[in-house]
Amino acid sequence: MTSAKQNILARLKAAQTRQHRNSALDQAGVNQIAANRIKETSRAYTETDRLNKFTTALQASHAEVIDCTKDEWPKMLIGLIETRKLTHWLYSEKTETGRRFSQDVCTALPALEAIPYSTPVEQLKETLFNQIDAAITEAHGAIAETGTLVIIPGPEEPRLMSLVPPVHVVLLRKSKIIDTFDQLLEQENWSEAGLPTNVLLISGPSKTADIQQTLAYGAHGPKSLIVILI
Amino acid sequence: MSAPFRDQAIHALQDEQLRENFRGAMDFLQGKRKAVFSDTIELENLRQQGHQIKAEALANLPELLEQLDSQCSKNGIQVHWAETPEQACEIIHGIIEQNNGKLAVKGKSMVSEEIGLNHYLEARGIECLESDMGEYIVQLAQETPSHIIMPAIHKSKSQIATLFNATIPDTPYTENVDELIGTGRRILREKFQKADIGISGVNFAVAETGTLCLVENEGNGRMCTTVPPVHIAITGIEKVIPRLSDLPPLLSLLTRSATGQLITTYFNLISSPRKPDEKDGPEAVHLVLLDNGRSRMYQHPELRETLRCIRCGACMNHCPVYTRIGGHAYGTVYPGPIGQVVMPQINGLDQQGEMTEGCSLNGACGEVCPVEIPLPDLIRKLREERVQPQPAESPVNGAGSHRTRVEATAWRFWRWVYQHPELYRIVTWWATRLGSMLPNRLGPWTRTRVKPVIARQSLHEIMRERSNQPD
Repeated sequence: MTSAKQNILARLKAAQTRQHRNSALDQAGVNQIAANRIKETSRAYTETDRLNKFTTALQASHAEVIDCTKDEWPKMLIGLIETRKLTHWLYSEKTETGRRFSQDVCTALPALEAIPYSTPVEQLKETLFNQIDAAITEAHGAIAETGTLVIIPGPEEPRLMSLVPPVHVVLLRKSKIIDTFDQLLEQENWSEAGLPTNVLLISGPSKTADIQQTLAYGAHGPKSLIVILI
Repeated sequence: MSAPFRDQAIHALQDEQLRENFRGAMDFLQGKRKAVFSDTIELENLRQQGHQIKAEALANLPELLEQLDSQCSKNGIQVHWAETPEQACEIIHGIIEQNNGKLAVKGKSMVSEEIGLNHYLEARGIECLESDMGEYIVQLAQETPSHIIMPAIHKSKSQIATLFNATIPDTPYTENVDELIGTGRRILREKFQKADIGISGVNFAVAETGTLCLVENEGNGRMCTTVPPVHIAITGIEKVIPRLSDLPPLLSLLTRSATGQLITTYFNLISSPRKPDEKDGPEAVHLVLLDNGRSRMYQHPELRETLRCIRCGACMNHCPVYTRIGGHAYGTVYPGPIGQVVMPQINGLDQQGEMTEGCSLNGACGEVCPVEIPLPDLIRKLREERVQPQPAESPVNGAGSHRTRVEATAWRFWRWVYQHPELYRIVTWWATRLGSMLPNRLGPWTRTRVKPVIARQSLHEIMRERSNQPD
């Protein structure tokens, strides 16, 4: 429909010149405003404040946050798996987290069935939707202000790992937590370098309040989100 | 066209259950918003930023759309342009046909309601299932959304329990919300697996990087945009924003204004279809850009501000009229204050001008608007356009359609009298003397009021008499 495009653009452009862009600003001015905004909203928390802010905000969104260490987490997860009886797991063979899960956790729990997400979804759909209890992934980063995980799915950790399984366990390095969304964009420089196919900001388990404003978790995605801080 | 707005509003006012449902929901949403914006200085600061970003986006709208088109294409997202709802439906149907699609799952999209997509596809043998819980309920009940953010807000728990029990096989009556949601989850998960096509809206389209952003809590939007092999996103041309760095303030304004959340569960940035080494995600992503009257709104120096809207619904949550009559009374896709501004511009003042009357100009909507759209001014402007003497000069469809000779003559007479002091004195002298002769019934005015009592002397007369008196 090239003609639709031309018609729409022609109408807009005709109106634009007539209104001599009454609200347009010059580019330098616009950049200045954006820079000021980022400065105004930058939080600069101390390390403790940042961690507290992140934890409180994420817990307020009904996620579980577990403070752990780099070495201890598989042991901690084993305990969690035993109490919650999560038998079917989805993991990635290509991440450090996935490898440690397969080595340390799976070996300790022989009854556990661990399925790697290594085939295209078309072949995995049935299992993914109907058998998996939980998935374990890594977080790319996190935002303290809103209690948000930054997840960048890709070939190693596909998109549906954080969506379809009823329980989603995420490993997050404390050092990767930053203050604000603005800072994330600045740090990643995506506007220059381009974005990955999919970037997700996740703040809690899936939820809805569509029935008489009553909050219910696990609307379509995970019913629980467990964040392990290392 | 459905029944006139006035009749529907009167009808809605008599429905006690409906009024209770809306009152409860609106009080809840108002409270949530207020709590999350406790820092009023920050709020005003953010609103100015939101206003500024969207104003800048509008000022450069055609250039940004071209940039979005080329960036998306570069990323592998196929861009389509539609001037009318029919064109948009045809484009979407065409894509589905090409992929031999039979079942489409849809995330929440008001633009898809605007173009009547479900009916269009159903008539062509394609099942189009709503997957947002609220939209799913509304679709089951064969109704339309009554709110742009919470589509099933007009229904109570027990009404939904009855609906599920009656329409979904093997579903016992229960008012337990977790169980009700569980039922929806079970059914929709089956559909997500089987669907050939996923359809979604777009909250922000970033021109700089060719990125489509979706805001949601449930995860159904992610399901629709990830599980089926084809993803079709549809949006109005006004959703384009210049840069990624514009997202943080806009996202914050949107979620806090809409539901009082600091952030929603999911903020999904989609920049391209599945790459060769990826294991999931749609193989094709399409973006349909819809005009449907927006480029006409753009021509009006004041009404173009309508296009700043980010569809948060705060204006309806705070509107004393919407709160009492609910969304269906408007009989339009977009209800409430923003609907009163958008719908008459899309469908013409001659068709939908009446809804501009459902406003007390109290100003609440304008005060809460996260991008500072002067909604009361725009509603008043549309009322003015409706009685325009030179409709040909107005870019608004149906301008001048409500102009009546009697009213126009009365105002001309009024202006003439007010411009001539001598005449004014004579007229007020006679009016005060003959005021008591006014009939008891004065059309709509006396339907709910007593007739006005005109003073025996005009203020001017009284003042003149007093000033003539010695001190």
